[in-house]
Amino acid sequence: MHEVSLAEGIRQIVQDQAHAHGFARVKVLRLEIGRFAGVEKPALEFAFDVVMRGSPAEGARLEMIDLPGRAMCYDCMTTVEIAERFDPCPRCGGGKLIPNGGDEMRIKDMEVA
Amino acid sequence: MCTVCGCSDLVTADGKVMTHDEAHRLGLSHHHTPAFQPFAPAPPFPPVQAIGHDHHHYGQGPARVSVPGLSQDRLIEVETSILAKNDAIAMGNRRVLTARGVLTLNLVSSPGSGKTTLLCKTIKALGDAPLAVIEGDQQTSADADRIRATGARALQINTGKGCHLDAQMVGHAIDQLRPRPNSYLFIENVGNLVCPAGFDLGEDAKVAILSVTEGEDKPLKYPDMFTAARLAILTKLDLAPHCDADLAAYEANLRRVNPGIAILRLSTRTGEGMGDWITWLQTRLAEKSA
Repeated sequence: MHEVSLAEGIRQIVQDQAHAHGFARVKVLRLEIGRFAGVEKPALEFAFDVVMRGSPAEGARLEMIDLPGRAMCYDCMTTVEIAERFDPCPRCGGGKLIPNGGDEMRIKDMEVA
Repeated sequence: MCTVCGCSDLVTADGKVMTHDEAHRLGLSHHHTPAFQPFAPAPPFPPVQAIGHDHHHYGQGPARVSVPGLSQDRLIEVETSILAKNDAIAMGNRRVLTARGVLTLNLVSSPGSGKTTLLCKTIKALGDAPLAVIEGDQQTSADADRIRATGARALQINTGKGCHLDAQMVGHAIDQLRPRPNSYLFIENVGNLVCPAGFDLGEDAKVAILSVTEGEDKPLKYPDMFTAARLAILTKLDLAPHCDADLAAYEANLRRVNPGIAILRLSTRTGEGMGDWITWLQTRLAEKSA
């Protein structure tokens, strides 16, 4: 989707953190991206390189950690892991699943110098 | 301008000078010119190194402690959502709107599903009820003009290259429109079934509009938006017999991606279903003001 907007969000957070913690450079930045977050990872990588120029995260290595999709099955009332939003329940085969995890898009941590 | 990174420079790829867009399209690796600066550089940070004199300093680096063999690098736990800023502004919008008892609905759909036509008919059907409309489009004020022709207050937001409205744009619009207490605020998002799903604007609910000419499998192809919506309106119902639309399949697919979604069938041309929609709106406004 809007990977440049996401990269701008990251830049904003990096700058806020740099002011709060007084660091000059980010070496590694780790993101957690949920399965259903709709993030196109190669596009985000590209946008990251471009948008971080002139910020403390210029040249930083971007690592993305995948988080699984999770859903509540309303047939067996269990939280299960699913690969696609409308997959059937892997436990009971039911079709009434409401995703309740996997839309995460967050900065987990940064290695700074 | 390159729509991926916003760069307008020429690049050299495969020995040829071409635009950045072309290099992307051809899948050629390329470098930006050294002068390329899409964003203004951040102000320099103050030096962290202490000034030496007649004794030695350790632990003056960013880590504030010196450990032989370890660099001054450190790990900062951030645990912050990338969209935290948008979400915080959206919560601010929500507080302002809730304090005024304004029922705010974010109307989302593909381009051409009939959002503006539905809004014009809705404004007419709501009669004297106070309401305001925020219109989002990449270009033109055509939609806001159509809304204003009904006598309602409307503000157009042009997003330029942007594919969605964000909370800040809507916040500024709210400040200008100043919706009246116990009124309706309709936000017609940019026609796009992907990006607007991820951006909270501070609304009470997303309403997805899906016209019966779009195909029964659309909820499966674009699940994010239909999962995020509280109500789906199947529009252009009068066209259903002409395009062999399987309304039961539309509804089954909507419930497959969102078992809790409410569904209304509606035609603005015949007026069928308009009563149910108006009742839904009035019920939500009553809940909000209660």
